[in-house]
Amino acid sequence: MARQIYQAIVDGILVGGVYALMAVGLTLIFGVLDIINIAQGVLVILGAYLSYQLSVRLHLDLFLGLLITVPVMFVIGVVIQWAFIRRLRGRERTSMTLLVSYAVALIIEGILYEIYGPNAKQLNASYVQSSVHVFGFYLSYIYLYGFALAVAIVVGIYALLYRSRFGRSVRATMQDETAARLIGIDVNRVAAVTFGVGVAVTAAGGMMFGATNAFNPNSGYDLISRLLAIIILGGLGSIGGALAASVFMLTVESLVSIWSPEWAIVVFYAALVVVLVIRPTGFFGRQPVRAQ
Amino acid sequence: MTGRVTSTVSRQRAAAILGLVVLAVVAIVFPLLFPSPVVTNYAVYALIFVAVVSAWNMFSGFSGYISLGHAVFFGSGAYAVGIAAKDWHITGVGVFALLPLAAAVGAAIAVPFGLVALRVRRHTFIVITIAVFFIFQLMAYNLNSFTGGTIGMSAPFLPWSPTSFNDHFYYITLGCAVIAIVMAALIRPSRFGLQLRAIRDDEDRARGLGVQAMRVKLTAFVLSATITGLVGGVWFLYLTQVLPPSGFDPLFDLSLVLMAFLGGLGTISGPIIGALIIEPGQLYLTIKYTNGYLSEILLGALFLVIVLFVPRGLVPTGGEWVRRLRTRGRPAVTPVQAQAQAPARAEASDAPAKGAKR
Amino acid sequence: MSALLRTEGVRKAYGGVHALDSCTVEVEEGMVAGLIGPNGSGKTTLFNVITGYAKADAGQVFLADRQITNATPDKVFAFGIGRTFQLTRIFASLTVLENMLVASPNGRAAARKRAMDQLEFVGIAGHHAELAGTLSYGQRKLLELAYVLVADPAVILLDEPAGGVNLSLVNTIAERIRELNAAGKTFLIVEHNMEFVMGLCDQVTVLDSGSVVAAGPPDIIRTDRRVLNAYLGEDLDPEDLDPAEEA
Repeated sequence: MARQIYQAIVDGILVGGVYALMAVGLTLIFGVLDIINIAQGVLVILGAYLSYQLSVRLHLDLFLGLLITVPVMFVIGVVIQWAFIRRLRGRERTSMTLLVSYAVALIIEGILYEIYGPNAKQLNASYVQSSVHVFGFYLSYIYLYGFALAVAIVVGIYALLYRSRFGRSVRATMQDETAARLIGIDVNRVAAVTFGVGVAVTAAGGMMFGATNAFNPNSGYDLISRLLAIIILGGLGSIGGALAASVFMLTVESLVSIWSPEWAIVVFYAALVVVLVIRPTGFFGRQPVRAQ
Repeated sequence: MTGRVTSTVSRQRAAAILGLVVLAVVAIVFPLLFPSPVVTNYAVYALIFVAVVSAWNMFSGFSGYISLGHAVFFGSGAYAVGIAAKDWHITGVGVFALLPLAAAVGAAIAVPFGLVALRVRRHTFIVITIAVFFIFQLMAYNLNSFTGGTIGMSAPFLPWSPTSFNDHFYYITLGCAVIAIVMAALIRPSRFGLQLRAIRDDEDRARGLGVQAMRVKLTAFVLSATITGLVGGVWFLYLTQVLPPSGFDPLFDLSLVLMAFLGGLGTISGPIIGALIIEPGQLYLTIKYTNGYLSEILLGALFLVIVLFVPRGLVPTGGEWVRRLRTRGRPAVTPVQAQAQAPARAEASDAPAKGAKR
Repeated sequence: MSALLRTEGVRKAYGGVHALDSCTVEVEEGMVAGLIGPNGSGKTTLFNVITGYAKADAGQVFLADRQITNATPDKVFAFGIGRTFQLTRIFASLTVLENMLVASPNGRAAARKRAMDQLEFVGIAGHHAELAGTLSYGQRKLLELAYVLVADPAVILLDEPAGGVNLSLVNTIAERIRELNAAGKTFLIVEHNMEFVMGLCDQVTVLDSGSVVAAGPPDIIRTDRRVLNAYLGEDLDPEDLDPAEEA
């Protein structure tokens, strides 16, 4: 029993890394742009399918394939933001971005269904199935690589935000869009690129998710609910919070699964509702400065 | 000038009333004009959505709090009737007596749901409704002994021929639609409705003027849920079954939003028009492409088109076009009248501010 | 006579910015009090704290010796304090009359009558059926005044009632305030328009950087060195100033 619990914790931490990859993009987009990108779930799945194509058709290694899928997803992100979300304004803007991104998600999901059908796929590689035996626990290689990737990406985004000139523009826009405009920051470009980065990260997340789960176009719903819970728990806009919350939530789910696998996911929904009501800024989040 | 305005207004009134009468007559004789069950099937579904979108709009359209969780009430109403019919061994026409139960279940769920969800900001509210929706869907799947799990619930057999079956349901759903529309029409101009709409425009300001925001929002939420639950029950009896993914369909709420947006959020006729335009189309696609996901793609695409090009919906935009057509070529105020009104308008001589906010 | 509306030692900081620092303001009953000060001195923040739109970090607010610190806006309204906003906040999608009915506490017919009376009083009764969103800026200001009045508050806080409004309208507003004051209403008015304030107010309080630097009748305030410093930022002798140059 104890062993089961420890294994569940280890699993939770590792899987949490995977989810962190997906959540980081979502929280970045909300924190900087006040956009609730419901399409993030289905975009992860899209990333998974892209990796699938590269892996199956071109026999590219999954991680190498990221060199292609990441830029592709970046472009897709920029296009979505530019075409649909950019025009939304007004007091109800954030709510509208939610609805619009939901619509975009539906379209992408429908297209994926048309192309790939409802049957589940999974990404494969030599290291997906094998694991290393450490201290009596099984650590899958894929999860270890994925966790390392998650950390690398989080560090990378921190560097981007806090050490680069572009990052300064992003943070300025986050604090006060009008002021940022006044000092010459091209807010539209910042918005497009930030959204693109947020989506590009889903390429990595998608690859990891696809390698560790069977997926079909419908998997996006489940995913986005979890991601929303994670980023809200970790604090909207907080990258470190997304990482911490991912690990935490996935560990909790992993533990609950020992007793009841079907109900395990309810911890996400329940956590979402509870946190939103009690402490809407999450546990690491900043005070939401902008008025509703 | 005043005389002319009054007669225009009363002429508009007369036209509106005449239009309503014609509509009522058509609605009542519809099944006699089109007896085919195929056609009445479309009509029943359309009316179901007219009722639910009107109910949804009664809350979300007026208050500005977009709910993506109304499927919770719809599905719960459906399941309530199914479970009660099974547990209480009700068969035949007696099942219709269970419909008030469906409505009550909707209301009962809405109270705690609303108390929790309505305390947060609007965009957070949407997220909470999504989460609660998934919780209910999950419960439908997992609480096997209660809800029948993946098999769902079946409705008792009704001793009607296919044609009369559809006809009966046509009038039942027509009744539901009328209830929903009348309720919305009564609420909108009432003080309660004004407070609700004020909340949409500026909730903090409304609070600062003494509006009990939580009470007002919750009341509207519960009323909306009651009707939605009722219609859910009717839908269950019509379809004779409910399954977790059909009773709690993630696309359900998005369809409601789409129809309400298309018609015009916060209006009375908007939801009606939106539902009547979209639902038959949606149904047609579902029937024709049973395996396809075309309806999903179209739903999403249509929503984007509407949000980007007709954001206020057909009814307000259409109303504006009509007004513009009518006053085309004529200045809003003729010069002579402007002079006469100048002294009276001394305090309002500033240049007009920006137009009404969307 | 103890002040009707009183704040004591109110502090409010936004991050590192101290919007209000130990702010103590008193408004006697039946008075028209003015609140002036350079931009950023905390006037609107004080209003926000009094009316519950912002939480005070420290200090207290009293209405008729009753503590109302940090009460929510609807409670503050119920206590009898009405307030307008610098950037007019009206319900754009409702008609002018409907805007009034939102605030009105009475039943239907009585509410309509009262609402129309108030609209008459401020002079926009003719627009009662128009959407509030189509009103001009000045008309919106009048509407705001009207619906704050409709609940018959004892104390009325006006945030820049003369801001951005043409001269004849400013005079109308000043007249209305005088009429209401004569009927027993207490006013606290934030304004930048010095003529308006000096001509209307019995007492003026000057804020600078979140605290009170001077309080007294307009004539005294007008020549108070501290007030000039607050506005002009240097130590000046009022006698050195040419009257035509005064703010």
